[in-house]
Amino acid sequence: MEWISPRRLKRLGMLNMNRRNVDYIARYNDRSSYPLVDNKLKTKLAVAEYGVKTPRLLQIVREQHEISHFREMAEDLEGFAIKPAKGSGGKGITVITGRDGEEYIKASGARVDAPYLERHLTNILAGLYSLAGTPDVAIVENLVQSDPNLARYSHQGVPDIRIVVFQGYPVMAMLRLATTASDGKANLHQGAVGVGLDIGSGRSLNAVQFNRPITLHPDTGLALENIEISAWDEMLEMASRCYEATGLGYMGVDLVVDAEEGPLLLELNARPGLAIQMANGCGLLPRLRAIESLKRPHFSPSERARFAMETFASL
Amino acid sequence: MTSRSRIPFYVAVLLLIGAGISLAIWRHVELGIPWLTGEQRPVWMVEARVDFVGTGEPVLASLNIPEQPPGFSIISEQAASPGYGFSIVDNSGARRAEWSKRDVSGPQTLYFKAQFIPTDDARPRRLTREPRTREMFWEEPQATAVREILTQARERSSTPESMTRELIRLLQPDTRTQNTTLLVAEENYLQLLVDMLNHAGIPARTADGLRLEDARRRQPLMPFLQIYNGDQWLTFDPQTAEQGVPENLLLWRQGSESLLDVVGGDNSEISFSMLRQTVPALQLATMQAESNGLGFLSFYELPIEEQSMFRMLLLLPLGALIVAFMRMVIGIRTSGTFMPVLIAVAFVQTTLVPGLIAFLSVVAIGLLMRGYLSSLNLLLVSRISALIILVIFITAGLSIIGYQMGFNTGMTVTFFPMVIIAWTIERMSILWEEEGVREVMIQGSGSLFVAICAYLVMSAPLSGHLTFNFPELHLVILGLILLMGQYTGYKLSELRRFSPMKVYD
Repeated sequence: MEWISPRRLKRLGMLNMNRRNVDYIARYNDRSSYPLVDNKLKTKLAVAEYGVKTPRLLQIVREQHEISHFREMAEDLEGFAIKPAKGSGGKGITVITGRDGEEYIKASGARVDAPYLERHLTNILAGLYSLAGTPDVAIVENLVQSDPNLARYSHQGVPDIRIVVFQGYPVMAMLRLATTASDGKANLHQGAVGVGLDIGSGRSLNAVQFNRPITLHPDTGLALENIEISAWDEMLEMASRCYEATGLGYMGVDLVVDAEEGPLLLELNARPGLAIQMANGCGLLPRLRAIESLKRPHFSPSERARFAMETFASL
Repeated sequence: MTSRSRIPFYVAVLLLIGAGISLAIWRHVELGIPWLTGEQRPVWMVEARVDFVGTGEPVLASLNIPEQPPGFSIISEQAASPGYGFSIVDNSGARRAEWSKRDVSGPQTLYFKAQFIPTDDARPRRLTREPRTREMFWEEPQATAVREILTQARERSSTPESMTRELIRLLQPDTRTQNTTLLVAEENYLQLLVDMLNHAGIPARTADGLRLEDARRRQPLMPFLQIYNGDQWLTFDPQTAEQGVPENLLLWRQGSESLLDVVGGDNSEISFSMLRQTVPALQLATMQAESNGLGFLSFYELPIEEQSMFRMLLLLPLGALIVAFMRMVIGIRTSGTFMPVLIAVAFVQTTLVPGLIAFLSVVAIGLLMRGYLSSLNLLLVSRISALIILVIFITAGLSIIGYQMGFNTGMTVTFFPMVIIAWTIERMSILWEEEGVREVMIQGSGSLFVAICAYLVMSAPLSGHLTFNFPELHLVILGLILLMGQYTGYKLSELRRFSPMKVYD
């Protein structure tokens, strides 16, 4: 068993769970804004007003009887994603990437039939995946066609980019790549690979899986050192704009890069995880404190994104 | 914004903790509630035995019994005397035990028993009425002798106390002069002292004391002299002039004139036997609480049924403290925040090993059945409801099978909260499907570990004793939990989780 002394962690500026909860989430995130981010449907509508694009909405299933319409709607769709509006941590998200006759092909390659998906919708409505077990709404979204440049790094699923935004400033970012271990999901605690991204340039820094540093993707075998995200400044600005849309001072913004539509917002998270620090190989605290001590904050999202790119660049 | 608002918070928490601790100390001192469970206190059991011979007439035997003897307090009194009517009469400042019977002949024995505990506080009783001196008359030549001795004593003294001491010294055999020899005879010595003090204007009376020695029988009372110094009655040894009540001396009779009156009987005698007993300090405290007036702050006055309920309830904060500590400082993941506490409460009733076996088997069987339920494609609420019913079936089945096989412990399954178990099974099952067996094992063993820790703390006799007898200590627990809510340091588990960061340092 390996241990690290608290003093060294402090020197690295590592933000820990208790401090994140007390000093950042509780202090900067207004409770009343939570429903906005905990409900993907509300998020979609809220950020749309601020010019942040999200995957196209195909259907909203609010009631049990509406499930019968699902089959008609899905009839001639190639790929789509079913999501619980109030799900957390990627729970309950089913991604269908293709069709094989009557059967649907999941992102993992498994084949499922229509009743399986209907049952899944029922579970979502009953609140199985919702945060407090409350009844939920299922949303069906257009499948994101990932930018092939990025998609080749990911085993299955769409690689997404998590950006931690503090008071409107993007402070840290990482690319999340699904693996076999994570079952096509981009959640680090499930075994996805996290690649730290330099805020200044969008280039990869370090990579971790299960909290251990790695240099190659465990499934694809590709080197993770020289990834570069295109349209990086646009993405940072988009993330920054979510601050105006939600008013949340400390949040995680999850973006994907669509081959046709460019950067899209997947979801927002009012309690972003701490693993991003390990992917970046540095702590969040110095950056958060730098923002906190700003005497004159910048007002426009583009100014904030530019400030962050200059201040937090590590290359 | 917060640096300003946190100081009142810390002050409030400190006040909370301080209030809890000081209230507990105060109750410990005032009510004598012991800190530890097994603490014992000495108690003197004194038995007065009255013997007399009945003459065939109605009998009324009246025995003076102590009332607030200095240095002691009475915790129980009882009389044993078959065939006699008995009552304790309290009149004009003297308490008397009275036995009565219509037709008495032959030797009779009456018993009066009382338990005394030594106390530290020597609060003098407020007197309702200032005692007066009695006028005394002496014939010549005694009158002259008295006058001379008193003059002599008065010259050498300044206060009633010193006057008494001088007088006693003057009446001692080795300092006797002609005057004293004239007055003093062996049998009237104490009465003479009282009379002379009264004559000198100092209210005086006699008292009877009992020297307490373990397992003594047939002990007589010893006479003492008491004078009133204008403020309170003071006790003197009539031979040595020593002031004050010696330790282990119980003043049985103070104030009233007679120790024992028997009407309708001859040859009455009284003797005392005593025994040093020990009783649990807690029992003593509960007995006193009723009379103390501070009892309203404790649970002793509640009906026993409610008391035992509170015993359980008051343990819960300890469990909550353990959970808070384990999750916020150690960083153990549990399934359901307070599920471990509820399981620990059930463990307290079932004891650990049978409880653990019962719990694990219910959850395991439940998980198997839940596997079938999930394939039925039910709505969440009906699935949970079905699970609750299944859990009840499982517990019933386990109880019956356990009982038939001769294990009474099988019955203890019923102590587990069914709904909580149903939810635990549901959550574990979803966790299994979504995150795999590993996460189920981590959270499951984390929950059990926390539950066992909470059980060990809650089942310790000391914690049960402290939480029930010092309910104010919960303020301390509350304060600690509030403080923990402000803990922003690293969890123990994070020191391991972040250990790969070493390479970047």
